[in-house]
Formats: sequence, structure tokens, C-alpha cells
Amino acid sequence: MVYLTRVEHFNAAHKLYNPSWSVEKNEEVFGKCANENWHGHNYELYVTVKGSPDPETGFVFDVKRLSNIIREHVIEKVDHRNLNVDVEFMKGQLCSTENLAIAIWKELKAHLPKAVQLHCIKLYETPRIYVEYFGE
Amino acid sequence: MNRVAVFRKEHFNAAHRLYNAAWDQATNDRVFGKCALPNYHGHNYELDVKVVGEPDERTGFVMDMKELSDLVQREVLERFDHRNLNLDTVEFKELNPTAENIAIVIYNLLRPHIAKELDLQIRLYETPRNFVEYPA
Repeated sequence: MVYLTRVEHFNAAHKLYNPSWSVEKNEEVFGKCANENWHGHNYELYVTVKGSPDPETGFVFDVKRLSNIIREHVIEKVDHRNLNVDVEFMKGQLCSTENLAIAIWKELKAHLPKAVQLHCIKLYETPRIYVEYFGE
Repeated sequence: MNRVAVFRKEHFNAAHRLYNAAWDQATNDRVFGKCALPNYHGHNYELDVKVVGEPDERTGFVMDMKELSDLVQREVLERFDHRNLNLDTVEFKELNPTAENIAIVIYNLLRPHIAKELDLQIRLYETPRNFVEYPA
């Protein structure tokens, strides 16, 4: 079993805000992240798939194809966007890094060939904060 | 002359968009591309503040780093961290918040608070791959 990772990046605006709470409650829980006019991040996305190298190519999966799938289904939708406002697959969700990683997993899972096993979405919100999601 | 450079690294994140109000949307789109999208995007800015001078004979310091840290915190981070640079700051009401202009603004905010005999230079990373320096 080999784990193959493709790294991509995008930048986006967002805010952390629960519309069913008051402004005060949002500020208490989310602090500066609740700023009504948004703030933003450079996100670094690590997509890991796993499998045995194909005997004919030596590849777990063609990494160029992996890159194209990530770009078409994730990067094109989120890069230079406002995650709360512009991104269909985050509609109605809190735009935390946790939820974004889960949503990216679902987007990719739906578009990767069935033979490819998605292993992990690792998403850096800042150089010092990241989440990992294994589809569990 | 025993001139030494000392550096303080800080970081902040913010939303912004690049837009020249004197141009039509098509011109903005052509010049600024995705950076002109209306709902903002964002970055993790990494800021290196460089101060150059001779170590003080009594302290051995070019500048007290705690003092420099407090200064950057007060003048830069409290203004820009978790803000929308276009909407939430007076500095960029009329000025396009490019990395170049942000570096110049930061220099001008810090310069009056640093001893005249010390030189100041700002390096600002907008992404891990794009950065600017002022003065050049």
C-alpha cells in the first residue's frame, strides 16, 4: 500500500458565524473570526489517495489526473472566493476548517474513479493550524 | 561600525480585493483577475520587520525586541488582523490594498515610533510565494 499526496493551494475570505445566535454570542464564541466584513486565509490542501502501484504504470494514480480533478472540483470553486457567500458546497454550513475539509472530501469522493481510495484531506488554514479528515 | 539587523516576525490574516474604482468592471477584471471578485478573498500575511543599527553600549540591543513586538502588535496587528482591509481600515479607504501598498502603510505606521538612527525595512508575505520589501 502506497500513500500518494498532491498539494494544492487557494486563498479565500470567510467568517465564522452561527446565524441562529446573537451577534454577542457569536463574538463570544468565535472572537475576531466573527468579524462581519470577513477576513481571509491562504489555505494549503493536501489530498492523499492510497493503493498499490499499477504494474503497468508504477502509479497508485496518475497524479496529473488527480491534480486536474482537485482543480476542477475544488480549487476553481473556492480560490479567491468568499467561502460563506460564493461556494455552493458550503451553503448552509459553518465555514470552519473542519467543515471545509469534510466538504472537500465529499466533492472529491464523488469525482474520483471508483478504483481510487481517498485516504485523507489535510487542510492548513494558516501555517500553524490544520485539520485532517479520513472520511470516518 | 558594528551595524546589526534584527528582525521581528509577526502574522495576521485579512480579507481584501483589488479594485480601482476609477475603472469599469471589465478593466478591473482584466488587470486584477480573480483578485477583483466582488465578495473578497483573503490571505495569511507574514510580516518581517527589520531594524538596523549599532547595538546600544549599555544594553547590547539594537532595539528591545519586546518593545518592537508591542509596537507591531499595537500599530499593525490591532488594525489589520481578522479585518477586511477595504472595508474596515481607514488606511485603505482610498488606496488599493496590494502587498506593495500594505508594506508602505506598515512602514509609515511604524517609522515614527522607532529611533531616528535606526533603519527600518518591511518584508511582507501575501502568500508563501509572493512577498514584497519596502524600502527597496
